[in-house]
Amino acid sequence: MSRRKDNYENSRWLKFKRWVDGETDTLTAERMESAAPEEKIGSVEFRKEAAEAGGKETTEENTDSKAVEMPAVSLSEKRPGDFEPAFRGGRGIRMYNRFYQIMSILLCLSIIFVLLWTIAYLPIFGNAGNPDNNEVSARYIEQGLKETGAVNIVTGMILDYRAFDTFGESCVLFIASCCVLVLLRIDSGSQDERTKKRLEEANDRLFEPKNDIILQKCACVLVPVILVFGIYIVLNGHLSPGGGFSGGAVLGSGLILYLNAFGFEKTEKLFHERIYRRITVCALTFYCLAKSYSFFTGANHLESGIPLGTPGAILSSGLILPLNICVGLVVACTMYAFYTLFRKGGM
Amino acid sequence: MKQFEIILLCCLMVCAVSVAFARDLLTSIIIFMSYSLIMCVIWILLQSPDLAITEAAVGAGVTSILFFVTLKKIKAIRKEDQDEQKER
Repeated sequence: MSRRKDNYENSRWLKFKRWVDGETDTLTAERMESAAPEEKIGSVEFRKEAAEAGGKETTEENTDSKAVEMPAVSLSEKRPGDFEPAFRGGRGIRMYNRFYQIMSILLCLSIIFVLLWTIAYLPIFGNAGNPDNNEVSARYIEQGLKETGAVNIVTGMILDYRAFDTFGESCVLFIASCCVLVLLRIDSGSQDERTKKRLEEANDRLFEPKNDIILQKCACVLVPVILVFGIYIVLNGHLSPGGGFSGGAVLGSGLILYLNAFGFEKTEKLFHERIYRRITVCALTFYCLAKSYSFFTGANHLESGIPLGTPGAILSSGLILPLNICVGLVVACTMYAFYTLFRKGGM
Repeated sequence: MKQFEIILLCCLMVCAVSVAFARDLLTSIIIFMSYSLIMCVIWILLQSPDLAITEAAVGAGVTSILFFVTLKKIKAIRKEDQDEQKER
Protein backbone atom coordinates (compact mmCIF):
# COMPACT_ATOMS: atom_id res chain seq x y z
CA MET A 1 0.00 0.00 0.00
CA SER A 2 2.71 2.42 0.97
CA ARG A 3 4.56 1.87 -2.24
CA ARG A 4 1.49 2.54 -4.20
CA LYS A 5 0.96 5.77 -2.39
CA ASP A 6 4.42 7.04 -3.29
CA ASN A 7 3.76 6.80 -6.95
CA TYR A 8 0.13 7.60 -6.83
CA GLU A 9 0.47 11.00 -8.41
CA ASN A 10 2.01 9.53 -11.53
CA SER A 11 0.17 6.26 -11.64
CA ARG A 12 -1.83 5.28 -14.65
CA TRP A 13 -4.80 4.63 -12.43
CA LEU A 14 -4.97 8.25 -11.32
CA LYS A 15 -4.66 9.41 -14.86
CA PHE A 16 -7.44 7.10 -15.88
CA LYS A 17 -9.59 8.21 -12.98
CA ARG A 18 -9.10 11.85 -13.76
CA TRP A 19 -9.89 11.20 -17.37
CA VAL A 20 -13.10 9.43 -16.38
CA ASP A 21 -14.04 12.27 -14.08
CA GLY A 22 -13.61 14.64 -16.98
CA GLU A 23 -10.92 16.69 -15.31
CA THR A 24 -8.53 16.36 -18.16
CA ASP A 25 -8.64 15.69 -21.80
CA THR A 26 -6.59 12.73 -22.91
CA LEU A 27 -6.07 14.38 -26.21
CA THR A 28 -4.49 17.37 -24.55
CA ALA A 29 -2.42 15.10 -22.38
CA GLU A 30 -1.26 13.19 -25.40
CA ARG A 31 -0.41 16.34 -27.25
CA MET A 32 1.59 17.62 -24.35
CA GLU A 33 3.36 14.35 -24.01
CA SER A 34 4.38 14.07 -27.58
CA ALA A 35 5.27 17.71 -27.95
CA ALA A 36 7.32 17.94 -24.80
CA PRO A 37 8.18 14.48 -23.59
CA GLU A 38 10.37 15.71 -20.77
CA GLU A 39 7.38 17.12 -19.01
CA LYS A 40 5.38 14.92 -16.76
CA ILE A 41 1.86 14.23 -17.77
CA GLY A 42 0.89 14.98 -14.24
CA SER A 43 1.35 18.66 -14.86
CA VAL A 44 -1.39 18.66 -17.41
CA GLU A 45 -3.66 16.68 -15.27
CA PHE A 46 -3.47 18.99 -12.35
CA ARG A 47 -4.72 21.90 -14.33
CA LYS A 48 -7.97 22.17 -12.46
CA GLU A 49 -6.58 21.94 -8.95
CA ALA A 50 -3.83 24.35 -9.74
CA ALA A 51 -6.24 26.89 -11.10
CA GLU A 52 -8.27 26.66 -7.96
CA ALA A 53 -5.32 26.67 -5.59
CA GLY A 54 -3.45 29.73 -6.68
CA GLY A 55 -5.53 32.23 -8.49
CA LYS A 56 -3.13 35.08 -8.03
CA GLU A 57 0.00 33.11 -8.57
CA THR A 58 -1.30 32.04 -11.88
CA THR A 59 -1.21 35.49 -13.32
CA GLU A 60 2.27 36.07 -12.09
CA GLU A 61 3.56 32.88 -13.49
CA ASN A 62 1.77 33.51 -16.70
CA THR A 63 3.97 36.36 -17.56
CA ASP A 64 7.07 34.58 -16.38
CA SER A 65 7.65 31.69 -18.69
CA LYS A 66 10.68 30.69 -16.69
CA ALA A 67 8.31 29.13 -14.20
CA VAL A 68 8.41 26.17 -16.46
CA GLU A 69 12.05 25.52 -16.00
CA MET A 70 11.78 26.04 -12.28
CA PRO A 71 11.85 22.67 -10.58
CA ALA A 72 8.43 22.17 -9.17
CA VAL A 73 8.14 21.58 -5.48
CA SER A 74 5.02 19.61 -5.97
CA LEU A 75 3.16 18.68 -9.03
CA SER A 76 0.20 20.82 -8.20
CA GLU A 77 2.29 23.95 -8.46
CA LYS A 78 3.14 23.34 -12.04
CA ARG A 79 1.19 25.29 -14.51
CA PRO A 80 -0.61 23.37 -17.18
CA GLY A 81 -0.41 24.30 -20.78
CA ASP A 82 -3.82 24.55 -22.18
CA PHE A 83 -5.17 27.87 -20.98
CA GLU A 84 -1.92 29.76 -20.91
CA PRO A 85 -0.43 30.73 -24.22
CA ALA A 86 2.89 31.59 -22.65
CA PHE A 87 3.31 28.15 -21.25
CA ARG A 88 2.04 26.49 -24.31
CA GLY A 89 5.47 25.58 -25.46
CA GLY A 90 5.06 27.83 -28.43
CA ARG A 91 5.45 26.53 -31.91
CA GLY A 92 6.03 22.85 -31.25
CA ILE A 93 2.65 22.12 -29.84
CA ARG A 94 0.88 24.37 -32.27
CA MET A 95 2.55 22.64 -35.16
CA TYR A 96 1.70 19.32 -33.65
CA ASN A 97 -1.93 20.37 -33.36
CA ARG A 98 -1.99 21.47 -36.97
CA PHE A 99 -0.27 18.25 -38.02
CA TYR A 100 -2.81 16.24 -36.05
CA GLN A 101 -5.73 17.98 -37.71
CA ILE A 102 -4.31 17.61 -41.19
CA MET A 103 -3.47 13.98 -40.65
CA SER A 104 -6.95 13.18 -39.33
CA ILE A 105 -8.58 14.84 -42.32
CA LEU A 106 -6.23 13.00 -44.68
CA LEU A 107 -6.94 9.68 -42.98
CA CYS A 108 -10.67 10.27 -43.22
CA LEU A 109 -10.46 11.20 -46.89
CA SER A 110 -8.31 8.21 -47.73
CA ILE A 111 -10.73 5.84 -46.01
CA ILE A 112 -13.61 7.41 -47.94
CA PHE A 113 -11.63 7.04 -51.16
CA VAL A 114 -10.80 3.38 -50.53
CA LEU A 115 -14.39 2.52 -49.67
CA LEU A 116 -15.77 4.30 -52.73
CA TRP A 117 -13.15 2.64 -54.89
CA THR A 118 -14.21 -0.76 -53.58
CA ILE A 119 -17.86 0.04 -54.23
CA ALA A 120 -17.04 0.82 -57.85
CA TYR A 121 -15.99 -2.80 -58.31
CA LEU A 122 -19.16 -4.27 -56.83
CA PRO A 123 -21.55 -5.89 -59.28
CA ILE A 124 -24.58 -3.83 -60.27
CA PHE A 125 -27.57 -4.15 -57.98
CA GLY A 126 -30.17 -6.55 -59.38
CA ASN A 127 -28.04 -7.68 -62.29
CA ALA A 128 -28.87 -11.19 -63.49
CA GLY A 129 -25.24 -12.18 -63.83
CA ASN A 130 -24.33 -11.42 -60.22
CA PRO A 131 -22.51 -14.12 -58.26
CA ASP A 132 -25.30 -14.29 -55.69
CA ASN A 133 -27.69 -15.45 -58.39
CA ASN A 134 -26.64 -19.07 -58.12
CA GLU A 135 -28.30 -22.45 -57.67
CA VAL A 136 -28.97 -21.90 -53.95
CA SER A 137 -31.24 -18.93 -54.45
CA ALA A 138 -32.77 -20.57 -57.50
CA ARG A 139 -33.62 -23.57 -55.39
CA TYR A 140 -35.08 -21.39 -52.65
CA ILE A 141 -37.26 -19.53 -55.10
CA GLU A 142 -38.40 -22.56 -57.08
CA GLN A 143 -38.76 -25.22 -54.42
CA GLY A 144 -39.25 -23.04 -51.34
CA LEU A 145 -43.01 -23.04 -51.32
CA LYS A 146 -43.21 -26.78 -51.89
CA GLU A 147 -40.56 -27.75 -49.36
CA THR A 148 -41.34 -25.37 -46.51
CA GLY A 149 -44.97 -24.52 -47.12
CA ALA A 150 -44.36 -20.87 -46.29
CA VAL A 151 -45.78 -18.24 -48.62
CA ASN A 152 -43.33 -15.65 -47.29
CA ILE A 153 -40.12 -17.00 -48.70
CA VAL A 154 -37.91 -15.05 -46.30
CA THR A 155 -39.41 -16.77 -43.29
CA GLY A 156 -39.23 -20.06 -45.11
CA MET A 157 -35.53 -19.47 -45.53
CA ILE A 158 -34.62 -18.27 -42.05
CA LEU A 159 -36.80 -20.71 -40.11
CA ASP A 160 -36.57 -23.79 -42.28
CA TYR A 161 -33.49 -23.93 -44.47
CA ARG A 162 -31.41 -21.86 -42.09
CA ALA A 163 -33.19 -22.52 -38.82
CA PHE A 164 -29.93 -23.30 -37.11
CA ASP A 165 -28.70 -19.75 -37.74
CA THR A 166 -31.87 -18.36 -36.23
CA PHE A 167 -31.41 -20.57 -33.20
CA GLY A 168 -27.94 -19.12 -32.77
CA GLU A 169 -29.36 -15.61 -33.03
CA SER A 170 -31.96 -16.30 -30.36
CA CYS A 171 -29.24 -17.69 -28.12
CA VAL A 172 -27.14 -14.60 -28.74
CA LEU A 173 -30.04 -12.44 -27.60
CA PHE A 174 -30.48 -14.59 -24.52
CA ILE A 175 -26.77 -14.39 -23.72
CA ALA A 176 -26.84 -10.63 -24.24
CA SER A 177 -29.66 -10.25 -21.76
CA CYS A 178 -27.77 -12.50 -19.33
CA CYS A 179 -24.72 -10.24 -19.63
CA VAL A 180 -26.80 -7.13 -19.01
CA LEU A 181 -28.29 -8.92 -16.03
CA VAL A 182 -24.84 -9.71 -14.66
CA LEU A 183 -23.66 -6.13 -15.16
CA LEU A 184 -26.67 -4.15 -14.06
CA ARG A 185 -28.69 -6.25 -11.67
CA ILE A 186 -29.03 -5.13 -8.06
CA ASP A 187 -30.01 -7.85 -5.68
CA SER A 188 -33.28 -6.63 -4.24
CA GLY A 189 -33.61 -9.65 -1.96
CA SER A 190 -31.03 -8.58 0.59
CA GLN A 191 -32.07 -6.04 3.22
CA ASP A 192 -28.68 -4.39 3.36
CA GLU A 193 -28.62 -0.63 3.80
CA ARG A 194 -26.25 -0.12 0.91
CA THR A 195 -28.33 -2.24 -1.39
CA LYS A 196 -31.41 -0.23 -0.59
CA LYS A 197 -29.54 2.96 -1.32
CA ARG A 198 -28.32 1.62 -4.63
CA LEU A 199 -31.83 0.52 -5.54
CA GLU A 200 -33.10 3.96 -4.67
CA GLU A 201 -30.46 5.56 -6.85
CA ALA A 202 -30.95 3.20 -9.74
CA ASN A 203 -34.70 3.52 -9.87
CA ASP A 204 -34.82 6.86 -11.60
CA ARG A 205 -38.50 6.50 -12.26
CA LEU A 206 -39.06 7.92 -8.79
CA PHE A 207 -38.01 11.32 -10.05
CA GLU A 208 -40.33 11.36 -12.99
CA PRO A 209 -43.77 12.85 -13.21
CA LYS A 210 -46.13 10.09 -12.31
CA ASN A 211 -49.55 9.60 -13.80
CA ASP A 212 -48.76 11.85 -16.73
CA ILE A 213 -52.23 12.16 -18.23
CA ILE A 214 -51.11 12.74 -21.83
CA LEU A 215 -48.80 9.76 -21.82
CA GLN A 216 -51.41 7.55 -20.20
CA LYS A 217 -54.16 8.45 -22.65
CA CYS A 218 -51.79 7.94 -25.59
CA ALA A 219 -50.69 4.63 -24.15
CA CYS A 220 -54.32 3.57 -23.65
CA VAL A 221 -54.91 4.04 -27.36
CA LEU A 222 -51.55 2.88 -28.67
CA VAL A 223 -50.51 -0.07 -26.52
CA PRO A 224 -53.36 -2.45 -27.51
CA VAL A 225 -52.83 -1.60 -31.16
CA ILE A 226 -49.09 -2.14 -30.92
CA LEU A 227 -49.47 -5.42 -29.05
CA VAL A 228 -52.08 -6.76 -31.47
CA PHE A 229 -49.93 -5.70 -34.40
CA GLY A 230 -46.94 -7.46 -32.87
CA ILE A 231 -48.93 -10.65 -32.34
CA TYR A 232 -50.19 -10.38 -35.91
CA ILE A 233 -46.65 -10.05 -37.24
CA VAL A 234 -45.48 -13.05 -35.23
CA LEU A 235 -48.40 -15.30 -36.15
CA ASN A 236 -48.47 -14.31 -39.79
CA GLY A 237 -44.74 -14.62 -40.24
CA HIS A 238 -45.05 -17.39 -42.80
CA LEU A 239 -47.78 -15.61 -44.77
CA SER A 240 -46.85 -11.93 -44.83
CA PRO A 241 -43.73 -9.90 -44.22
CA GLY A 242 -42.47 -10.11 -40.68
CA GLY A 243 -41.68 -12.96 -38.41
CA GLY A 244 -40.46 -13.74 -34.98
CA PHE A 245 -37.77 -11.13 -34.64
CA SER A 246 -39.64 -8.08 -35.90
CA GLY A 247 -42.87 -9.08 -34.19
CA GLY A 248 -41.04 -9.68 -30.94
CA ALA A 249 -39.38 -6.28 -31.17
CA VAL A 250 -42.77 -4.63 -31.72
CA LEU A 251 -44.22 -6.50 -28.75
CA GLY A 252 -41.28 -5.51 -26.60
CA SER A 253 -41.60 -1.83 -27.49
CA GLY A 254 -45.32 -1.97 -26.73
CA LEU A 255 -44.53 -3.36 -23.30
CA ILE A 256 -41.94 -0.64 -22.77
CA LEU A 257 -44.49 2.04 -23.65
CA TYR A 258 -46.96 0.52 -21.20
CA LEU A 259 -44.29 0.44 -18.52
CA ASN A 260 -43.43 4.08 -19.11
CA ALA A 261 -47.03 5.16 -18.85
CA PHE A 262 -48.21 3.15 -15.89
CA GLY A 263 -45.14 2.32 -13.86
CA PHE A 264 -43.44 -0.79 -12.63
CA GLU A 265 -46.16 -1.90 -10.21
CA LYS A 266 -48.70 -2.56 -12.90
CA THR A 267 -46.36 -4.31 -15.28
CA GLU A 268 -44.96 -6.47 -12.52
CA LYS A 269 -48.39 -7.97 -12.06
CA LEU A 270 -48.22 -9.10 -15.62
CA PHE A 271 -44.56 -9.80 -16.11
CA HIS A 272 -41.71 -10.31 -13.71
CA GLU A 273 -38.44 -12.13 -13.49
CA ARG A 274 -39.75 -15.61 -12.88
CA ILE A 275 -42.07 -15.39 -15.88
CA TYR A 276 -39.23 -14.00 -17.98
CA ARG A 277 -37.01 -16.91 -17.02
CA ARG A 278 -39.68 -19.50 -17.71
CA ILE A 279 -40.73 -18.07 -21.05
CA THR A 280 -37.19 -17.71 -22.35
CA VAL A 281 -36.00 -21.12 -21.26
CA CYS A 282 -39.15 -22.87 -22.50
CA ALA A 283 -39.02 -21.13 -25.86
CA LEU A 284 -35.34 -21.84 -26.42
CA THR A 285 -35.71 -25.48 -25.33
CA PHE A 286 -38.71 -26.02 -27.55
CA TYR A 287 -36.90 -24.45 -30.49
CA CYS A 288 -33.85 -26.63 -29.89
CA LEU A 289 -35.81 -29.87 -29.53
CA ALA A 290 -38.16 -29.25 -32.44
CA LYS A 291 -35.39 -28.28 -34.79
CA SER A 292 -33.17 -31.14 -33.65
CA TYR A 293 -35.97 -33.54 -34.43
CA SER A 294 -36.48 -31.95 -37.81
CA PHE A 295 -32.77 -32.00 -38.64
CA PHE A 296 -32.40 -35.59 -37.45
CA THR A 297 -35.23 -36.87 -39.58
CA GLY A 298 -34.20 -34.75 -42.51
CA ALA A 299 -30.59 -35.88 -42.45
CA ASN A 300 -31.58 -39.54 -42.24
CA HIS A 301 -34.25 -39.22 -44.93
CA LEU A 302 -37.02 -40.20 -42.55
CA GLU A 303 -40.61 -39.02 -42.58
CA SER A 304 -40.82 -36.26 -40.01
CA GLY A 305 -44.56 -36.58 -39.65
CA ILE A 306 -45.07 -32.83 -39.49
CA PRO A 307 -47.81 -31.84 -41.94
CA LEU A 308 -47.03 -28.87 -44.14
CA GLY A 309 -50.68 -27.99 -44.68
CA THR A 310 -52.05 -25.91 -47.50
CA PRO A 311 -49.89 -22.90 -48.30
CA GLY A 312 -51.62 -19.67 -47.33
CA ALA A 313 -53.57 -21.05 -44.37
CA ILE A 314 -52.62 -19.82 -40.92
CA LEU A 315 -51.98 -23.37 -39.67
CA SER A 316 -49.55 -24.40 -42.32
CA SER A 317 -45.88 -24.76 -43.13
CA GLY A 318 -45.05 -27.26 -40.42
CA LEU A 319 -42.74 -26.05 -37.71
CA ILE A 320 -42.42 -22.46 -38.86
CA LEU A 321 -45.38 -21.09 -36.90
CA PRO A 322 -44.33 -22.50 -33.48
CA LEU A 323 -40.72 -21.53 -34.11
CA ASN A 324 -41.85 -18.00 -34.99
CA ILE A 325 -43.76 -17.81 -31.73
CA CYS A 326 -40.69 -19.00 -29.81
CA VAL A 327 -38.40 -16.45 -31.41
CA GLY A 328 -40.98 -13.71 -30.89
CA LEU A 329 -41.31 -14.52 -27.20
CA VAL A 330 -37.56 -14.57 -26.68
CA VAL A 331 -37.08 -11.25 -28.47
CA ALA A 332 -39.96 -9.52 -26.69
CA CYS A 333 -38.74 -10.71 -23.30
CA THR A 334 -35.20 -9.65 -24.09
CA MET A 335 -36.18 -6.14 -25.16
CA TYR A 336 -38.32 -5.68 -22.08
CA ALA A 337 -35.60 -7.11 -19.83
CA PHE A 338 -33.01 -4.74 -21.30
CA TYR A 339 -35.22 -1.79 -20.56
CA THR A 340 -36.09 -2.76 -16.99
CA LEU A 341 -32.49 -3.62 -16.20
CA PHE A 342 -31.34 -0.28 -17.53
CA ARG A 343 -34.00 1.55 -15.61
CA LYS A 344 -33.92 0.05 -12.15
CA GLY A 345 -31.44 -2.80 -12.12
CA GLY A 346 -33.93 -5.61 -11.81
CA MET A 347 -37.07 -7.02 -13.25
CA MET B 1 -39.75 6.92 -57.78
CA LYS B 2 -36.13 7.38 -58.74
CA GLN B 3 -36.15 10.98 -57.53
CA PHE B 4 -37.78 9.97 -54.27
CA GLU B 5 -35.02 7.42 -53.70
CA ILE B 6 -32.34 9.99 -54.42
CA ILE B 7 -33.96 12.46 -52.01
CA LEU B 8 -34.10 9.79 -49.33
CA LEU B 9 -30.47 8.83 -49.85
CA CYS B 10 -29.45 12.49 -49.59
CA CYS B 11 -31.40 12.79 -46.34
CA LEU B 12 -29.66 9.65 -45.12
CA MET B 13 -26.27 11.19 -45.81
CA VAL B 14 -27.21 14.45 -44.14
CA CYS B 15 -28.42 12.54 -41.08
CA ALA B 16 -25.30 10.39 -40.95
CA VAL B 17 -23.02 13.40 -41.08
CA SER B 18 -24.99 15.48 -38.62
CA VAL B 19 -25.06 12.67 -36.05
CA ALA B 20 -21.31 12.99 -35.90
CA PHE B 21 -21.35 16.78 -35.76
CA ALA B 22 -24.18 17.33 -33.30
CA ARG B 23 -22.97 18.98 -30.10
CA ASP B 24 -25.67 17.58 -27.88
CA LEU B 25 -25.88 13.84 -27.33
CA LEU B 26 -29.67 14.00 -27.12
CA THR B 27 -29.81 15.72 -30.50
CA SER B 28 -27.58 13.15 -32.10
CA ILE B 29 -29.77 10.31 -30.81
CA ILE B 30 -32.87 11.95 -32.22
CA ILE B 31 -31.10 12.39 -35.56
CA PHE B 32 -30.10 8.75 -35.36
CA MET B 33 -33.77 7.88 -34.88
CA SER B 34 -34.71 9.78 -38.01
CA TYR B 35 -31.87 8.03 -39.81
CA SER B 36 -33.48 4.72 -38.88
CA LEU B 37 -36.86 5.87 -40.13
CA ILE B 38 -35.43 6.97 -43.48
CA MET B 39 -33.60 3.66 -43.70
CA CYS B 40 -36.91 1.91 -43.04
CA VAL B 41 -38.54 3.64 -46.01
CA ILE B 42 -35.54 2.75 -48.15
CA TRP B 43 -35.88 -0.91 -47.20
CA ILE B 44 -39.49 -0.81 -48.38
CA LEU B 45 -38.38 0.75 -51.67
CA LEU B 46 -35.79 -2.02 -52.00
CA GLN B 47 -38.68 -4.48 -51.59
CA SER B 48 -37.72 -6.01 -48.29
CA PRO B 49 -40.61 -5.24 -45.94
CA ASP B 50 -39.31 -7.78 -43.42
CA LEU B 51 -36.26 -5.69 -42.78
CA ALA B 52 -38.32 -2.50 -42.79
CA ILE B 53 -40.45 -3.70 -39.89
CA THR B 54 -37.40 -4.77 -37.94
CA GLU B 55 -35.61 -1.51 -38.64
CA ALA B 56 -38.60 0.53 -37.49
CA ALA B 57 -39.06 -1.50 -34.31
CA VAL B 58 -35.44 -2.02 -33.31
CA GLY B 59 -33.54 0.84 -34.91
CA ALA B 60 -35.99 3.65 -34.31
CA GLY B 61 -37.71 2.22 -31.27
CA VAL B 62 -35.83 0.07 -28.83
CA THR B 63 -32.28 1.22 -29.54
CA SER B 64 -33.15 4.88 -29.17
CA ILE B 65 -35.05 4.20 -25.95
CA LEU B 66 -32.05 2.37 -24.53
CA PHE B 67 -29.83 5.29 -25.57
CA PHE B 68 -32.16 7.72 -23.84
CA VAL B 69 -32.15 5.67 -20.66
CA THR B 70 -28.38 5.49 -20.73
CA LEU B 71 -28.11 9.24 -21.19
CA LYS B 72 -30.43 9.70 -18.25
CA LYS B 73 -28.34 7.37 -16.14
CA ILE B 74 -25.10 9.16 -16.88
CA LYS B 75 -26.95 12.46 -16.38
CA ALA B 76 -26.22 13.78 -19.83
CA ILE B 77 -29.73 15.09 -20.27
CA ARG B 78 -30.00 18.46 -18.59
CA LYS B 79 -33.10 19.03 -16.59
CA GLU B 80 -34.81 22.10 -17.99
CA ASP B 81 -37.71 22.41 -15.61
CA GLN B 82 -37.81 21.45 -12.00
CA ASP B 83 -41.37 20.12 -12.09
CA GLU B 84 -40.06 16.65 -12.63
CA GLN B 85 -38.38 16.61 -9.28
CA LYS B 86 -41.39 17.62 -7.23
CA GLU B 87 -43.79 14.74 -7.50
CA ARG B 88 -42.36 11.78 -5.83
